[in-house]
This record gives sequence, structure tokens and C-alpha cells, in this order.
Amino acid sequence: MQENILEVNNLNMHYETISGEVAAVKDITFHVKKGESFGLVGESGCGKTSVAMSLVQLQADNAKISSGSIKLDGQELIGLSENELRSVRWDGISIVFQGAMNAWNPVIKIGEQIREAIREHYPNNTKLQNIEKIKELFEMVGLDESIIDRFPHELSGGMKQRAVIALALSCNPKLVIADEPTTALDVVIQDQILNEIKKVQDLLGLSLIYISHDIAVIAEMTERMAVMYAGRIVESGPTKDIFANPKHSYTRALLESTPSVVGDKVKLNSLDGEPPSLIDSIEGCSFAPRCPNKTISCNSSLKSELVEVSPEHFVDVCNAESLNT
Amino acid sequence: MKKNLIEVKNLEKYFETSAGLFSRKKSTIKAVDGISFEIPFGESLGLVGQSGCGKTTTARALCLLDEKTSGEVNFYNSDTKNMESIDNLNEEELKSFRRNIQMIFQDPYESLNPRWNIKDIILEPLNIHNIGSLSEREDAVVEILKTVGLTPPENYLPRYPHELSGGQRQRVSIARTLIMKPKFVVCDEPTSMLDVSIRISIMDLMLNLANDLEVSYLYITHDLAVARYMCNRIAVMFNGKIVEIAETEELLKNPIHPYTKRLISSIPVPDPTYERVVYDIDYTELDNIIATDTGNIGMVDIGNEHFVATHDVKGIL
Repeated sequence: MQENILEVNNLNMHYETISGEVAAVKDITFHVKKGESFGLVGESGCGKTSVAMSLVQLQADNAKISSGSIKLDGQELIGLSENELRSVRWDGISIVFQGAMNAWNPVIKIGEQIREAIREHYPNNTKLQNIEKIKELFEMVGLDESIIDRFPHELSGGMKQRAVIALALSCNPKLVIADEPTTALDVVIQDQILNEIKKVQDLLGLSLIYISHDIAVIAEMTERMAVMYAGRIVESGPTKDIFANPKHSYTRALLESTPSVVGDKVKLNSLDGEPPSLIDSIEGCSFAPRCPNKTISCNSSLKSELVEVSPEHFVDVCNAESLNT
Repeated sequence: MKKNLIEVKNLEKYFETSAGLFSRKKSTIKAVDGISFEIPFGESLGLVGQSGCGKTTTARALCLLDEKTSGEVNFYNSDTKNMESIDNLNEEELKSFRRNIQMIFQDPYESLNPRWNIKDIILEPLNIHNIGSLSEREDAVVEILKTVGLTPPENYLPRYPHELSGGQRQRVSIARTLIMKPKFVVCDEPTSMLDVSIRISIMDLMLNLANDLEVSYLYITHDLAVARYMCNRIAVMFNGKIVEIAETEELLKNPIHPYTKRLISSIPVPDPTYERVVYDIDYTELDNIIATDTGNIGMVDIGNEHFVATHDVKGIL
């Protein structure tokens, strides 16, 4: 039995806005095993990034975690002071943000910016040791060591993103969260970065949470995955299992709406409607208004529960009997 | 024999850049470097390639948004029933040309005027081209909103873009484009900003409209999977040149050019059991060959109307 590096239990998070509370993360439970790559997939606004931000507790000021627990390697993260969190961030969990390549400070050399992070966490290292470390990291992500002395504007988007990955690895984190690390990139560059991440993951035995809206990327990158909709995890399990045997109507809809370049050309199915606004509290299944397989009982206010349909494969349903049909 | 709607021959678009504010050194960037293709009536061509390969520049030159450096663009004139060069249009013909050729942009958040309501946004092209009476124009707007699936139209007419979701905004863009009854629409990544579940409904809408209204698309995208869904033929662009062009399924099943192979193999496949083929190609070498090729690339037909750039076919065929 593999050990879990991360355990999230019944996490709830909401944003307090002028027009009311927006429940962005609802009752989320999942775990990531050591050395495993875990995928989080869903459309924009479904709460993927809110989950990521809650894990490192870098959420916006108006975000409140109302309940739940986040355990990293056995250590509870909720309730830690800002100072304690500083040592968890980057050392424990590091994160490659969406569009992080644009977050480099334009007037400081790339190497210096990475060194700053290492210095913070390893104050006793010599400058030379740190530079050696950066060279090692750059080699891992396929960057030339001369990049250390370059400014961000001298690098292409793909190179900047590689450097961000090097930065995320700089303090030997236990867990890396990659939040749409390739979204702004071209397909060819995306492919290179994905390969780089896979290579590094194998090399270091890294535990990874990979967040994406693209189910095809999740298929390639992860061993286990969770599908999110309207702040909830609606289905989770081994990636191969979910693709072969999707149980939740939303997962099926996602799979049926993703075009592919291999296999026969198939008719894709669109999904009517739009995701619900999270500001209104939703009774029963939040997917019901768009669900192609809706039954009368879907509209009721039955509380949904996660049902294990096969080993480790969970589906969020209101009516467990409906799974047999 | 298929009738062509648009024919492009050796289209070139160069940009001059200078090294610095006071520098006299000028260099030329060949954004589009001698490309040729044609689009028959009712067919759609996908223009696929990496960012910066010249896809959008091609589109802008076709729509006369930028002046081309050289080359020929011929467009079917429905009045004279002939192919006519867009260079020789007088003012009157130019107006009719612009009516027949429209664009849908990538970003539905930036391409709609935030201070105008939906009715005014869709009315604008009719007003500019002075088509019909005011009441006819208003009827046309209501009609087109129904066509693009924004029903009931009364609910949408007075609203502003910020009140709509991304998918709805892109529908408004499509409505604004199609109200002119164009024959040719250039789509510049119109679905890349949309969510997967919304994306297919927009793509289906565009396909249905192409069928019903006999519109041809030039569909620009970097995603071959999307191009496959939308287009009859696909042209693969690299460094300002078309390196391969063929019927969609033929191109995907039988790619010849190393860059096409690379592009196809870089698309993630939504199937965790699928192992992508990795092509063992020296891409730096390829970049060099193509970048230093000083024009004169021909295209060879390898059968099935499948054309490949000749510059490195020698080594591969």
C-alpha cells in the first residue's frame, strides 16, 4: 500500500463577495499518493484553482476555508500561522501557477530569482552550492545553464515556463501543484513541457497534482484523476478506469465533447446550457439542469453521496440505484 | 470540377523592422512567404501551425486589413461570375467584396464593444453598408439571433456584452458576421477561449450555418483536433510557408512532411491507453532547412490532391 502524501477531507471554501457567498469548493475529499500524478479536471469556474490555492493557503483575502482538513505528509495545514505556512510553501508544496511565466520580475536575472527562493529555505547554503543546484535543475528541465544570467524578456514563453518548473523544484518539495502549466503555450511547446514534467517526475519520484481543463492532457499526464463540476468532485478514480468506464453524466459529456486526431472521426456531442452560478445554493445535483440523462428524481433535493463503483473509483450521485441502469 | 471561391497565389507579406530607434539597419521579417491555396465553394480550409507561423497575417492580408507585399488573391465575383483579383477593385466593388468576406475573432471579450448593446453591435454592419430600411434591419437582427441560438431574441437585444457568457458572446460575434450573408468567413481561433462543453456547440453551430448559408471558412487554429472537426482540407504552415496541404483525413492518416508529423504527434489524445508515436526527427535541423530555404519551394502532388513542400521531401519520400 502506497503512502498518501496529501489527504484532503471535506474541504469547504467560499468567497465573500458584495452579492453574497460564492461557494467555490464544496465538500472536497481526495488524496494523492507518494510519487503519483493526480489530475484535477473541469471547466473554468469549477473550483480547480480554488482547490490549489487552498492547499497552499494563498487564496484571496475574501476567501474563507469554513471547514475541512488538509494533511501534508501527516501534518495538518489548516490553522497554521503565516510563519509556519512559509516553511510549508515551496518546501512542502510548491506550485506552478497558471500563466506563471509572466510572473517573473522583469529586472532581475532568472538565476537570481531562483536563488532567492533557495536562500529563503536553505539559509546555510553557499552561493556556489545554490548555483550548482540551479544548473542541475536547468539540466533537468532542458534549459541551457547560460539562462541563469538572462533576464525574463530574453526568453521565449516555453523557456520561461521551463524556468518556472525549475523554480518550483528548487526546494525539493514533497508535492508539486501544476495549475494549467501549458495553457498559454503552443501545442508543440506544450508537448515538450509535458514530456519534461513527466521526465522530472520519473527522475525525482515526484508527487504531482496536475490541474487542467483539457481532459486529453489529463489522460496523458495522470494515473488517478478527479472531475470537478460547480465546486464539487463528481467523479474520481484511476484515470484509465474513468476513461474506459465513465459513470457520471458530466464526465461522459466531457469525454464526448473532446475532439481527437487519432481514431475514426466521430460526431462530438455538445452540452447544453452553462455551469450554474455558485452564488446560489444548489439543491440536489448541480449538473441536473444540463444533464442529458436526467430523471425525475434528479430534481429532488436528495443529498448526493460518493459511491464506490469499482476499486477507488467514486461517483457523486443522489440516487445510487441509477448507476445500475 | 469544383468551383473556387477564393484562390491565393504566392501570397507574401513582409514586415520591415529596425534594430533600434536610431538604427539604420533594417531587417525584413517574412511573415507570409509565398503561399498558395484555393478554397472551393462551401468547403472549409484549416490553416494550422505554431504561433508566429503567419496564420493570422495570412488572414489579415486576405481580408484586406493589411496590404499584402505581393502575390495574387482572386475572389469569385457573383455579378460577373468570374474570378477577379482583389487588387483591381474599384470603390463600389471593394464594398461588395468586404460584405462577402468577414472575420470572427479569437477573443469574444475584446472583439465586442462593451458600451453597445447586442442589438447595436449586430446592427452596425447593416448600417455601415446601408442595407434595407431600419425596420428591415431590426427584423434581420432578430432573425439572426434565432439562427445562432440566442433565443428568445428580445431577451438579448437590450443586453450588453458583459452580461453574457463567453459562449454567448461568441454567438453574438457569429451573428454580427453572418448578418452580412458573407460567402467567406475567416475564423481566427474562434473557440480557443471557450470551455470544452461550450466549444463543441459553437463548432456545431458554425458547421450547420456553413451548410445552410453556403459559407466557406478559412479556419485558423493551432489545434489539429479542432481543425479535423471543422475542415474539409488542412494546410499546415511553418515559418510563413505552407509545408503540406491535403484533405483532412488523408493528412492525418498519411502525413509526409516532418513538421506535419511533429504537429500531429504533439496533440494530446483523450485516451490514457493510447501511446503517441514519437517521431525521431532533428527539429533544429528542420527549422534550419526551412528557415534558410530562400523561396522557390514548390509543392509536389503525391496523389489524392495531397501536396507536400519539396524542400525536404527528397530525403523523406
